[in-house]
Amino acid sequence: MSNNTHNEGHEHELQNPNYGAMPSNDGHDHHDDHHHEEHELHFFNKYVFSMDHKIISRQFLITGMFWAVAGGLMSVFFRLQLGFPEDTFQVLSTFLGDWAKGGKMDPEIYYGLVTIHGTVLVFFVLTAGLSGTFSNFLIPLQIGARDMASPFLNMLSYWFFAIAGVVMFCSLFVHTGPASGGWTTYPPLSALKEASMGSGIGMDLWLISMALFIVSSLLGGLNYIVTILNMRTKGMSMKRLPLTIWAFLFTAVLGVLSFPVLLSAAVLLIFDRHGGTSFYLSEIFVGGQALPNVGGSAILYQHLFWFLGHPEVYIIMLPAMGMASEILATHARKPIFGYFAMVISILGITVLAFLVWAHHMFVTGMSPFLGGVFVLLTLLIAIPSAVKVFNWLVTIWKGNIKFTNPMLFALGFVSLFISGGLTGIFLGNSALDIHLHDTYFVVAHFHIVMGISAFFGMFAGVYHWFPKMYGRMMNKTLGYIHFFITFIGAYVIFWPMHYEGVAGMPRRYYDFTSWQSFSQFGELNKMISIAAIIVFFAQLLFLFNYFVSIWRGKKVEGDKPNPWGSTTLEWTTAVDPGHGNWQGPIPEVHRWAYDFRPNEKDGTDFIMQTEPLREGEEEH
Amino acid sequence: MSGLLIIILVALIFLVLYQLGRSSEMMATLQGEQEFDKKRNKWLGYSMLGVFAVLMGGIVYTHYYMLPLIEDMLIAASDHGEEYDRMFLITLIVTGIVFFITQFLCFYFAFRYRDNGKNKPVFFAHSNKLEMIWTTVPALAMAILVAFGLKAWFTMTNPVPAGKDKQIIEIIGKQFNWISRYPGKDGVIGKKYFTNINEENNILGLDWTDPACKDDIVIPTGELRLVVGKPVELIIGSRDVIHDVGLSHFRMKMDAVPGITTRMWFTPTITSDSMKILTENPDFVYELSCDQMCGKGHYSMRAVVYVQTQADHDKWLAEQKTYYELGHPEEFETEETEGGEAAEGEEAKEEETVTMN
Repeated sequence: MSNNTHNEGHEHELQNPNYGAMPSNDGHDHHDDHHHEEHELHFFNKYVFSMDHKIISRQFLITGMFWAVAGGLMSVFFRLQLGFPEDTFQVLSTFLGDWAKGGKMDPEIYYGLVTIHGTVLVFFVLTAGLSGTFSNFLIPLQIGARDMASPFLNMLSYWFFAIAGVVMFCSLFVHTGPASGGWTTYPPLSALKEASMGSGIGMDLWLISMALFIVSSLLGGLNYIVTILNMRTKGMSMKRLPLTIWAFLFTAVLGVLSFPVLLSAAVLLIFDRHGGTSFYLSEIFVGGQALPNVGGSAILYQHLFWFLGHPEVYIIMLPAMGMASEILATHARKPIFGYFAMVISILGITVLAFLVWAHHMFVTGMSPFLGGVFVLLTLLIAIPSAVKVFNWLVTIWKGNIKFTNPMLFALGFVSLFISGGLTGIFLGNSALDIHLHDTYFVVAHFHIVMGISAFFGMFAGVYHWFPKMYGRMMNKTLGYIHFFITFIGAYVIFWPMHYEGVAGMPRRYYDFTSWQSFSQFGELNKMISIAAIIVFFAQLLFLFNYFVSIWRGKKVEGDKPNPWGSTTLEWTTAVDPGHGNWQGPIPEVHRWAYDFRPNEKDGTDFIMQTEPLREGEEEH
Repeated sequence: MSGLLIIILVALIFLVLYQLGRSSEMMATLQGEQEFDKKRNKWLGYSMLGVFAVLMGGIVYTHYYMLPLIEDMLIAASDHGEEYDRMFLITLIVTGIVFFITQFLCFYFAFRYRDNGKNKPVFFAHSNKLEMIWTTVPALAMAILVAFGLKAWFTMTNPVPAGKDKQIIEIIGKQFNWISRYPGKDGVIGKKYFTNINEENNILGLDWTDPACKDDIVIPTGELRLVVGKPVELIIGSRDVIHDVGLSHFRMKMDAVPGITTRMWFTPTITSDSMKILTENPDFVYELSCDQMCGKGHYSMRAVVYVQTQADHDKWLAEQKTYYELGHPEEFETEETEGGEAAEGEEAKEEETVTMN
């Protein structure tokens, strides 16, 4: 392969114990590497099997976009069923074929779509697409490193994710349909092919896809942790790290510690499905006969699943929180309030995230005492979350707010995080969860707090770092249209669902018309479906803006490479940084990441991290 | 064809929006970018107030739109339900206050401190006092909610208070219906095991060597007949996958897990007949829904619950034949003339519930 110079360059870097710490020593060498690459890298090595963290991050983002559109389209399809249970739609039979004969969706495929929608949005979009994109893009750039600790593992991480996606995509086309037991895939439903069509080959593909995804996530996570801990540039002490990096660090820690548990759950499930074991199966009569399995516990799977499943929501939330902190401070031209408290809050959330999983299982018949312990631990998590919200509010207080696209999305993030977080206080309290469990209240809660608000963090990040990714700006007007439709639309879709949940309306129902207690919401469901379709198309507008701006957007001028007036290191690189990030030596850091105050030197309102402390100036 | 039209329409809308975006940016360069941005920032600042107003207006509108739709469900039909509703209200008030304050501050600050060319942002990076306040206040609020919550939780999950007369009913889920079992005269639910199950005359797998099974009554539609004012303990199980007994009017819910027996209890406080009057709906029935994803028929796993007076309940119970008798008619042939009418009545009743399904 023509990849030799590239590899040698990296080996050279990795072998240099001072790499990163003493930038002036290796800067010149790297300058040369950089130019070799530009000339010699084949298209495949530059854009496909790339080891440049910036290219890999874009691969994560664009793959995430593909899955977001696919998952979003699935939700449009099942919203058609929920909003218009009596009608038929040509578009359904076009896309779903025999699964929707005559334009009326079959229950099997309804549950398949719900399942895959949940799986791909949680794992492929909001984990890989969010943390994968921005951890990759920002960690080396913001800590002052030329690349990840292991660019090769980083590349593998992406390709495992890509293959996981291919496997999941294939599962949509098998004759028994994709997995259809919900994204949590509880056995025995998911273990027995007699119990559901989706528990056939579709479920095997789901498990294989998840196993590949877990490998991807572990490779990525280990890399992020090692890079952050070992490869910070000179002067970049931990207490000078931007909050984004703190968030990515703890996200990676969460993933590395909890994903293996999901893998074990999946492996045991594979054994139960094909090995004749009884980890999760006991005393079952299905398909007209009694199965031989006795002694297993279906609840064991739920413990293993939620031991990842709950940290997973913080794997999704923390990067969004970190980016929102960074963006709120930058665009309000004011330091983040309570930097240290923010770090402690992230730490607190990380620790508590491991201790609350059983609050998803209050009605499984678990010991009431144990339930009580989990109530206490769950509601504790409200404290660091509240601290973060108040700190964000004080950050914009007495600022000088510029309503750029990223700023609007960051503000929307705060609003949605409050709305969705507060309903968590209902669900975390076991006595209230008894009635609300598995109703639309839950659907509303988690879509607002970890679906939409995490998406808002992601959008804010894309709008904010787009100029660094492509050297061009995204179209502002389209960004504003995107924001207002999505923000209002999100509330229109999910707010009324709280009421449906209070009325006990169960989630994962294909049709409510035969129920006296739940059929009165017909008109409302129609309205929600229409709003969901509009919001879906507004997201296509964002994609349109993104891809057109890559080639046609307004260029970031070379003499003004820092369009937002940010203080962090990524803006000290050239407008289009090549592989290696800085053409000269890696800059040295002298101050914290949020010095938004008048700069006597050039009359601006911020001081870059690279500017040495003035005489007599005390560091924050 | 219509699909193609929609695609063209969407593409056109995008194109128009894109041109709008382009032209507004061109206008920006013509007018001088800074001037344009300043104006836009002002409008966006005001729009933050607008967003807040729309949000609050929407919330109030939704509330009044939704109330009539959920008012039947707001009547709690059990003692636990009443406690539940109190707790819900407390939590709603606490979170509601926080919600309005923080949402207001979020949008008001955004509006108030918009860049208008005159602001001098303050360098205010931390304050131990403030941070202490908003660590301890949420901590206290949470402590209160946890205290109320756990009190309610333990009332609901502790066993039925000793010495109280209670009703015991077994409810078993299967794909895709419920089966209920009443203990019969001896008051004891007999043993069962899954290998005894057959679809013809032993759908629960009752162990006929256990005499306690012989007088048990099995209702294959899962109908629940509860006595008003009397605690009922549900013994919950599943034949195949995980189901969940959801009783929304009673604010109760418990998973039905194969291989594991779960329980829950509550005291119904309003009879079905009283509910018909309270809800002004002569067809009112309490419904039991499956609340755990269990396969393609999950959404249709419905059973009906009746809350009756003790007298009505006794009358109904006396009309039921034991499951053993229904499944083994040859052993009861001598009594045929006596029980014929009652059996017919039973069949008619069953048919009625089936059609309701």
